[in-house]
Amino acid sequence: MSTKEFLFSGFGGQGILFAGKFIAYKGLMEGKQVSWLPSYGPEMRGGTASCGIIVSDGQVGSPIVARPDILVAMNLPSLDRYEQSVKPGGMIFYDSSLIERPLTRTDVKAFAVPATRLAGENGFPTLGNMILVGKILAAIGEFDEAGVDAALAKVISAKRADMLEINRKALLLGANY
Amino acid sequence: MADKVLMKGNEAIAEAAIMAGCRFYFGYPITPQTEIAAYMAKRMPKIGGTFLQAESEVAAINMVYGVASTGLRVMTSSSSPGISLKSEGLSYLAGADLPSLVVNVQRGGPGLGGIQPSQSDYFQATKAGGHGDFRMIVLAPSSVQEMAELTVRGFELADQYRMTAMILADGTMGQMMEPVSLNFDVKPSPEKPWATTGTKLERPHNIVNSLSLVPEELEDLNFKRYEKYKIIEENEVMYESYRMEDAEICIAAFGIAARVSRNAIDAARELGIKVGMIRPITLWPFPKKAFKESLSTVKSYISVELSMGQMIEDVMLATEGRAPVTLCNRAGGMIPSPEQVLESIKLAAKNGGNN
Repeated sequence: MSTKEFLFSGFGGQGILFAGKFIAYKGLMEGKQVSWLPSYGPEMRGGTASCGIIVSDGQVGSPIVARPDILVAMNLPSLDRYEQSVKPGGMIFYDSSLIERPLTRTDVKAFAVPATRLAGENGFPTLGNMILVGKILAAIGEFDEAGVDAALAKVISAKRADMLEINRKALLLGANY
Repeated sequence: MADKVLMKGNEAIAEAAIMAGCRFYFGYPITPQTEIAAYMAKRMPKIGGTFLQAESEVAAINMVYGVASTGLRVMTSSSSPGISLKSEGLSYLAGADLPSLVVNVQRGGPGLGGIQPSQSDYFQATKAGGHGDFRMIVLAPSSVQEMAELTVRGFELADQYRMTAMILADGTMGQMMEPVSLNFDVKPSPEKPWATTGTKLERPHNIVNSLSLVPEELEDLNFKRYEKYKIIEENEVMYESYRMEDAEICIAAFGIAARVSRNAIDAARELGIKVGMIRPITLWPFPKKAFKESLSTVKSYISVELSMGQMIEDVMLATEGRAPVTLCNRAGGMIPSPEQVLESIKLAAKNGGNN
């Protein structure tokens, strides 16, 4: 049975919960079992956000992601907090335009993507999250345009065709980075 | 999968309630269940229903009493401290034999406590919802799908037995999103000849009241109510057995604790430890028989809880002291990890529970 555990983390407003929801929906559309659990504690009021997503071929037991296979860190406090929790052999994707230090872990695959800078340069400054998601999907070999479109249609209202298009662009930009 | 949508547990409860025909929601915001109220605020006006943010939890539960008296499906929701405020109303609802659905998305306590998930209102829900002799049917969902299904079931049971059904969830269940399929058959609300709907000068007045000053009569009401409870204990128990066929160690866990335990059981099984789980879905009526019957193979029990040990007492009662029952717990908003549960299983196995 294949199970992937994701942990998305960053500032409130960076689209952490949205990016996680997209990953969960993509799994759901592919017939997988999924769970999505956000942090809702006092830290939320302090400006940081995180959510854990599990995508599995079988039933999801505990929805709590304590040892992610894949960590996304969109700010330094998140990387500081979660870097050590990643499973050995796992992957860390981080926004290198906001995080200046290198990783301390050597037993994981690191992907530095200047997501926020790229997003700004390409005219969709709020979509650094989706650039990182694109990079993840490409890195784990799960970037297929049909799947991406189907999942986007689930998380973005059909009335916002403009949003759909720029999200797709952001995902592609990340996948090809 | 096409018919499945991702929903938060709180939203699933709200949507399922609407599908069950509930058109009256009264509440007061409190983390971690506020999405229920938010959802109702958005949806109810569009479907001719009523969403009302009351001035307090006490007011909300008494509004529930009012609508319930007219025989219509009605609900309120809150989290632990808010449920305490409602306990007077819960007792009145019981005294007046009124059906209602009450949701408790628990958080750490006592007092104002915290906002993280907890199961420490187990005693309150199953044994002491308020003053006087009464019970509530207590349903404990362990997935978002069950949040929806048990909400519908809760309305049906409440109507059938004229009493309060409570959904006892926790912050994790409320906040998490999972795929949910909202295709279920809803039994329509039965005839309610006792409801106060106006006599139209065709029948005597119906009176809904919880006051009864003649002790002989009040005793009789209590006796009758407990006859009804006996029937419920006989007919409405729900639980899930997980890998119990040959289990020598049995975990008792509900809600999020059962989800965590499932991981630990799978890991322990890979080590060759014969462990399974009985997951009560109704906390009252408690699946006593399931536990008692499990004694034929089980040598020891572990109650996994997000509390200082509350359900463990029901496990002990059900197993009649014939096997040891230990506690594996976290409290105050913390959740046991699968590793912690696995350690408890290993310890039980070492102490002769198994192998």
